Amino acid sequence: MLIKKNNELSENEVTDFSVYHNRRKFMKTAAGIGIAAVSGMPIIEASAKTVSPYSTDEKLTDYKDITTYCNFYEFGTGKEDPAKNAHTLVTSPWDVIVEGECEKPGKYNLEDLLKPVSVEERIYRFRCVEGWSMVIPWMGFPLADLIKRMQPTSKAKYVYFETLHDPKQMPGQRRAVLDWPYVEGLRMDEAMNPLTLMGTGIYGKDLLNQNGAPLRLVVPWKYGFKSIKSIAKIRFSETQPVNSWQKANENEYGFFSNVNPDVSHPRWSQRRERRIGEFRKIKTQLFNGYGEQVASLYAGMDLKKNF
Amino acid sequence: MKISENKFSRILRPSLFALLLLPAIYYAWGVWQDSLGANPLEAVIRGLGDWGLRVLLLTLAISPLRRLFNWPQLLRLRRMVGLYAYFYVVLHLFGYLWFDHFFDWEEIWFDILERPFITVGMVAVILLTPLAVTSTNGMIKRLGKKWKKLHMLIYPISMLGVLHFWWMVKLDITEPVIYAVILAILLGERLFNKFSK
Repeated sequence: MLIKKNNELSENEVTDFSVYHNRRKFMKTAAGIGIAAVSGMPIIEASAKTVSPYSTDEKLTDYKDITTYCNFYEFGTGKEDPAKNAHTLVTSPWDVIVEGECEKPGKYNLEDLLKPVSVEERIYRFRCVEGWSMVIPWMGFPLADLIKRMQPTSKAKYVYFETLHDPKQMPGQRRAVLDWPYVEGLRMDEAMNPLTLMGTGIYGKDLLNQNGAPLRLVVPWKYGFKSIKSIAKIRFSETQPVNSWQKANENEYGFFSNVNPDVSHPRWSQRRERRIGEFRKIKTQLFNGYGEQVASLYAGMDLKKNF
Repeated sequence: MKISENKFSRILRPSLFALLLLPAIYYAWGVWQDSLGANPLEAVIRGLGDWGLRVLLLTLAISPLRRLFNWPQLLRLRRMVGLYAYFYVVLHLFGYLWFDHFFDWEEIWFDILERPFITVGMVAVILLTPLAVTSTNGMIKRLGKKWKKLHMLIYPISMLGVLHFWWMVKLDITEPVIYAVILAILLGERLFNKFSK
């Protein structure tokens, strides 16, 4: 078998969806009759691939659950709304405007933006501020790769992101539930962290519209709303952006929004979470369990004040 | 308006009884068939809460409807509807205690103290309990005039119920506003009726 280097791996070379799906199904069945340990082996071997050191080996959330249970207010405020309504979004062609404090501003076609990157798989925990969580096999590339290509200047302290604003394609934007377009932001060191991903797919397939096609952010140590979907604009700025949820309710949602079981929310206890597909709740971990990679970013900061 | 005693007790009352049981059957079936989406436990808790509030408002609608249609028989349905409201509210509470907290009483106590929407919800269900307990004929007789006074608690309880929902919602308050408007109409009708005499 040819051993490939990680950076040579392209999207269609990693485990494809049907293998994944079949493997999950097989393991479920096998577990049911108690032979997983014996007969499960060759199947897993067949789907062998380069595993990112950042990936978790926890049980994956079902593809159906990931694609039908979403918060994407641009397509309605109900969890099932995005899966029903997001078909109106046109993701090809797709342009991303890059502006602000960088040497290479401009309007980039998505294909051009993706050409030099190598898409890899990252299996991350995903924790929503509402107290539920998933384990998602993302496809994507480090945001740092893209940032480096744009050559930010020394003034670039933050990265600002904006979702597409087009009520014709995003019917939820006809109602002013949030101040459209949806915006998010990261501090430069957060954006450059190797965990921070530009997501392009799930389970080896392209992102579905309801999951933020064609390009979204994935920041696994922060609550889900930080991982902005369907990105149309990126700006490098000197000042800290005001993200949409902070704007909507600054007492409940902050800029950092790091997963933290000790910082309570008026609506949800953050001490535990319901892993979608499981009955019992599990304990929520500080930085969603990614403290080893990111805790140093917040050294000396009062996490209760900077929530 | 009046329907025959036969129709009332053989058709109207049992039909309403069956109708009000449907949501419970729906959620029981949904759990059994796993057809409630990705987060079925939350769907059950929310759904039971929705129905608790809806049936509570239906209870409050009976007197205005009786006046509107000049239909005194309706009043004899009120106890059943009210007890159904309590039934859904208690199931909702039980769902919360079990599926949200797995009977971890310390967590539940923190939740009641820390989250205003839980606080008002809990107060509402506690206040609703004596109303359910005193709904029997014997209790009505025993309490006499006090019974009527006690059961006026339904007004603040229903307001707390709507508030509980309103404060629970993250951003899109469309639904709680609809409930609030309906409640305002039902309570307003009473005020209007009282002062226009």
